[in-house]
Amino acid sequence: MYRYDHYDQAMVDSRVEEFRDQTRRRLEGKLSEDQFKPLRLQNGLYLQLHAYMLRVAIPYGTLSGAQMHALADIAGKYDRGYGHFTTRQNIQYNWIKLEEAPDLLADLARVEMHAIQTSGNCIRNTTSDHFAGAAADEVVDPRPYAELIRQWSTFHPEFMYLPRKFKIAVIASQTDRAAMKLHDIGIRMVRNDAGEIGAAFYVGGGMGRTPMIAPCIREFVPVDQLITYSEACLRVYNRYGRRDNKYKARIKILVHELGREEYTRQVEEEFAHLLTQGIEPPLAELERIATFFADPPFETGLADDVDRSDPGFALWLDRNTLPHKQPGYAIAVISLKPVGGIPGDASVEQMHLMADLATRYSFDECRVTHAQNIVLPHVRKADLFAIWQQLEAAGLGAANLDTVEDIIACPGLDYCSLANARSIPVAQKISRRFADTGKTAELGELKLKISGCINACGHHHAGHIGILGVDRKGTENYQLLLGGSEGDDTSLGKITGPGFDEDGIVDAVERATDVYLARRREGERFLDTYRRVGIDAFKEAIYG
Amino acid sequence: MKILTGNDLKSGAVTWWTGYDWSIHVEDAVDVGDEADAIAAREEGARRVNAPYAIDAERDANGGVRPAHIKDRIRALGPTVRPDLTLKPADPEAGNWVI
Repeated sequence: MYRYDHYDQAMVDSRVEEFRDQTRRRLEGKLSEDQFKPLRLQNGLYLQLHAYMLRVAIPYGTLSGAQMHALADIAGKYDRGYGHFTTRQNIQYNWIKLEEAPDLLADLARVEMHAIQTSGNCIRNTTSDHFAGAAADEVVDPRPYAELIRQWSTFHPEFMYLPRKFKIAVIASQTDRAAMKLHDIGIRMVRNDAGEIGAAFYVGGGMGRTPMIAPCIREFVPVDQLITYSEACLRVYNRYGRRDNKYKARIKILVHELGREEYTRQVEEEFAHLLTQGIEPPLAELERIATFFADPPFETGLADDVDRSDPGFALWLDRNTLPHKQPGYAIAVISLKPVGGIPGDASVEQMHLMADLATRYSFDECRVTHAQNIVLPHVRKADLFAIWQQLEAAGLGAANLDTVEDIIACPGLDYCSLANARSIPVAQKISRRFADTGKTAELGELKLKISGCINACGHHHAGHIGILGVDRKGTENYQLLLGGSEGDDTSLGKITGPGFDEDGIVDAVERATDVYLARRREGERFLDTYRRVGIDAFKEAIYG
Repeated sequence: MKILTGNDLKSGAVTWWTGYDWSIHVEDAVDVGDEADAIAAREEGARRVNAPYAIDAERDANGGVRPAHIKDRIRALGPTVRPDLTLKPADPEAGNWVI
């Protein structure tokens, strides 16, 4: 894992003290809310539905055991005993007191974490593949590149006031586990025919009210020009992005309005200019960063056999563990989606347990996924049973990864001041419905995503089944979408028709799955069947 | 009726204007008529509230105050998915008031 150097630590520490002073002045009345609001937002502190909310960045989703312990301690000390892992590999605390926020940030800084640039029109937390460094299919570990981008984008003076927020994801495998094409910039690290590492750039994707899939604007940027090319992409956007209309200010609109060819031409022109300016960090810095992400000291000669005699464990093994690049090891995913639970929430005790498991069994490392789960990336297969037993005892043993119960849901109207409808109760009812009917396993892979408003924090456009909460004359209403995907075959879901009330949407989801069960062919997932038979068969069943 | 709401500056807690102070209980809210802007400006200037705004509400059959929009009812009670964190954790029917 990356460790802060003197410069990183000094920057974060000084930022904490700066915010402490700003907070003091606000509380003393020397700053108005209009003056203070942009300052607190630059430090991730929102004013939400019930209280102040703090969003903490977890760079590329990677945490040490000590960092997870610190997040748990913060939940206990400053919040109400829990935290919420988000769809951008962050964590949010919902009940923060302004007067305590500087102390909280100081506690974070002690474990090399912060909340800087988790709000505002700047480059946000860079996300990545949650299986990075463990997956067998990656060309290279994407996290050193994500870390380089983090360092470049943090406090970048030119990009602190972009037309709108800006999100970057970096992956390094053909399988996309980070919804890369639905980001402002998606980067896929690749190897060319000469065996050299470089980056394919996808620019202009996103969800929100105008969902778009990012087109590839360059298939190979040499690795020693990664930052320069990123800077060129941002510079063109910063210059020509729509600042006159908040709803048309994201880069996807610029790329769409200019067209991929013209946007690319402008980027290439800027890139050629920037190459003469020598802004690229020296390769030695990338190599220094990469040393932090070297493989842990894996044992060799371990057996791959696992005792499957406990049926509960066998189910979890099949559903929540994945192949690891190292023989004898596995990737284990801890589901934060217990049946009827709140997607992404974890209590103080659960966070401490996950931290302990990471330290004891996974080389002191865990990951946060954009699907709001936690990964133990490097686990000896021989330890899986012991891990599962501890997870079961703590209410973390749900064996439902990538099933209809593994629902992504934004906080919705229960917490978010932007939301139009509640998301969490719908997720709870759906997971209970399918658990009760026993259909979850039969349905197999089915990604269901719920957003409480058009901003799409719950990724509803990218769900095999998506649900969008809207406000219909003061009443919650839910639209159903089908056919979205965030994977290698990224696609955007289509609205089936008129919306439903809270119970109606649960019934509609079940009717859609019944169509799948009736019409699927051997080996087809829900998404495959939907794509083959089309939306009309589903609409007929849903609306009768 | 029009009632005035905001957040406590220090704690961020949701508060309601009672006519002379701020309460965390919506049932203490009073009709501010067309005085909302003046009260909000005065109270915000004195740092007794943060980001105040007026909303529509009605008196229910029991004389209580019920905000017109579900968002404000959730603000008044707390998250419907965590009854233990609402202002009425012991009342199993409290969530029905929101819906």
